[in-house]
Amino acid sequence: MTASATAAPRGGAPHAGHDDRSFIRKYIASTDHKIIGIQFLFVSLFFLLVGGLLAMGIRWQLGFPGQPMPLGGWLPSGVAPGGVVAPKMYISLVTMHGTFMIFFAVMPLLVGVFANYLIPLKIGAPDMAFPRLNMWSFWVFVLSGLVMLSSLFVLGGPAAAGWTAYAPLSATPDYTGVHLGQQLWCVSIVLFGLSSLLGSVNYITTVVNMRAPGMTWFRLPLSVWALFITAILAILAVPVLAGAVIMLLFDQTIGTHFYLPAAGGQPMMWQHLFWFFGHPEVYILILPAFGIVSDVIANGSRKPIFGYASMVYAMISIAFLGFIVWGHHMFISGMNPTLASYFMVSTIVIAVPSAVKVFNWLATMWRGDLHFTTPMLCAIAFVSMFIIGGLSGIFMASTPVDMYIHGTYFIVAHIHYVLFGGSLFAVFAGIYFWFPKMFGKQLDERWGKVHFALTFIFYNLTFFPMHILGVAGEMRRIYDPTAYAYLRPLQPINVFITINAFLLFLSQFVFAGNVVRTLWKGRKAPLNPWRDNGLEWTTPSPPPHGNFATIPTVYHGPYEYSVPGAAEDYTPVNQPPAAVPEPAR
Amino acid sequence: MTARAEAVRAAGGEGTAPAAHAASGPPGGVGIYTQKLGMWVFLASEVMFFTALIGSYIILRWGAGNPWPDTRAVLNIPTTAVNTFILICSSVSMVKAYAAAVRDDQKHLKRWLLTTVVGGAIFVGVQVREYIKLVHHGFLPSSGLFGATFYTMTGFHGFHVTCGVISMAWVTIRAFRGKYKGGNYHGIETIGLYWHFVDLVWIILFTIVYLV
Repeated sequence: MTASATAAPRGGAPHAGHDDRSFIRKYIASTDHKIIGIQFLFVSLFFLLVGGLLAMGIRWQLGFPGQPMPLGGWLPSGVAPGGVVAPKMYISLVTMHGTFMIFFAVMPLLVGVFANYLIPLKIGAPDMAFPRLNMWSFWVFVLSGLVMLSSLFVLGGPAAAGWTAYAPLSATPDYTGVHLGQQLWCVSIVLFGLSSLLGSVNYITTVVNMRAPGMTWFRLPLSVWALFITAILAILAVPVLAGAVIMLLFDQTIGTHFYLPAAGGQPMMWQHLFWFFGHPEVYILILPAFGIVSDVIANGSRKPIFGYASMVYAMISIAFLGFIVWGHHMFISGMNPTLASYFMVSTIVIAVPSAVKVFNWLATMWRGDLHFTTPMLCAIAFVSMFIIGGLSGIFMASTPVDMYIHGTYFIVAHIHYVLFGGSLFAVFAGIYFWFPKMFGKQLDERWGKVHFALTFIFYNLTFFPMHILGVAGEMRRIYDPTAYAYLRPLQPINVFITINAFLLFLSQFVFAGNVVRTLWKGRKAPLNPWRDNGLEWTTPSPPPHGNFATIPTVYHGPYEYSVPGAAEDYTPVNQPPAAVPEPAR
Repeated sequence: MTARAEAVRAAGGEGTAPAAHAASGPPGGVGIYTQKLGMWVFLASEVMFFTALIGSYIILRWGAGNPWPDTRAVLNIPTTAVNTFILICSSVSMVKAYAAAVRDDQKHLKRWLLTTVVGGAIFVGVQVREYIKLVHHGFLPSSGLFGATFYTMTGFHGFHVTCGVISMAWVTIRAFRGKYKGGNYHGIETIGLYWHFVDLVWIILFTIVYLV
């Protein structure tokens, strides 16, 4: 408490004395949650690039099957003879694209970056509850990512059983010819689970025990609520995947037969275990996006978030329902049809809390003083794309419809509408919004809007036509659509998608260029560029080690915008509402 | 009991959280100090991990109706029963160590911690000996679903006990260096939670793998 007496070179940080840490302690093996968040940011953006490159390989083959890829001649002839991806490698491309994007790009971008960076700053804590575990969480993540990357270069190629690694395809090399690649996939996923566990223990403990005085549960920003609920999902779902993957690894290495039917094993058991993890995982990938978008939309509308409590309860019910609906991924697996009707009904129920959230966002914007900043544009894009992705989800939740569209490009369109249109737009919103906090410099708004517009247009032109392909019957992991007479007339759509996918990929370099340019010679950000209420804006940018000079006190909720009678249209949460009348809600 | 907990909380708890911060108390927190809460969250995750393994065993053995060998013919149940008893006793000695730490009785704290470490080590030793014998008799992880599930479940449990023994040995060394003086029992209570959890898992495993 008396730390402010030990005056500091950097704005009176309470732990300023710690700041003579060595370079390694400060930036490499750092226990500071802010550095760890930024480490996660750059590493997972790198994996986003890897996943994107793999996607370009997929799209080239689908758009121009049999024609040599640009630069394809550089690939070894075992992978792409004559620059054309080999059929066997195509399945590996699809597998690794999904794996990198889900486990190493979107999940760490949402959870690793924002949970680490935002939770302590937003609740008024000096750091996480277990800073050293937090450091290990990051480095185990790097290790697991390196193992997964290395599997791209081993003999036999990387895993080729889909990101879902369905058994028995994944349990024995007999079908895919992949030995080591699949084993490295398993090892990497187990390590990833360990990293996720270490992080989640931290997030939960920190939110429960380290909130500043006055930061009651129902004054938590929705982003913190979302990340907290996400951590609970991760704690309960990821270990199930770890257990399932360990059994899969044993099947491949020490001759067990958990998933191999010849010796009494159960391939269906893999599907149940995988999706018991996999469906909560879907919400791990979207709940933090809900939180980020709620914060950004309230800020960009200069209005209190509409229905704060219902937002929290909606997230809790989505999280709970997420655990009891996994069977909707398995309607055509041969599962008992009676079970299917249960899974159908429980899945459709999720539409209710999801709709509550969407209507709350719309009502927040309704008659608001809308500021179309880049983060706000990304957040609005999130809401609209999430509506499309959510509605196509209803199609798949209905067993009779799913029977028809299961395993087609319709589901590819759906997952990209929620994961790219949803989660990734929220990631961009979050990065644009908190970049000034992280680096003290503000990303260029003009280039930000260019990036947003290009991404939004090409994203929709890429993924929307996939709905049409799916309903027309194009299968999801197909190598060459022109090999089927009934798909041949649709090939122009595939070409169209491929061209737009390339443009979408190229558009991301606008973002990368903006980041590099801003870090290099960007203008210094004002202390509170978005005029936000959050506690994180009450410290210098970037905040010093230890975050706050003194532990702040919180007087009201985080969404007190445009309070009648107040001098400004925002009221930071650490500002006593002395002259401010309690707004009627 | 409650008064003591209050006193500890008022003193700002301990552990990694800066004391000045913890002293102000988390508003509406659950009133559990940070290390203990972290351990509970970790154990929740462990429960899910073992549930995946045990659930798979139940599905493979009873759900799928696979023929199952007579476990008594393969496994040495009396030896394992004694081993189970030793593990349960180490849980009792853990409770004794915790009680000693709470009343700042250093002599008994060290004695009971040492007993716990030895109990855990004996358990692991007997299990390793059991594995060696089984392998000699040709019972391997590849010996059908029984071999696969047996080695996976008991192996991961054994791994957890081994981690527990190593951590407990470290805690014991710290106790001998006087790190848990003056009613500083948090470290003991936290490792104790883990120890009891591992013990509980074994009781379930012994029942469903050996006895049923």
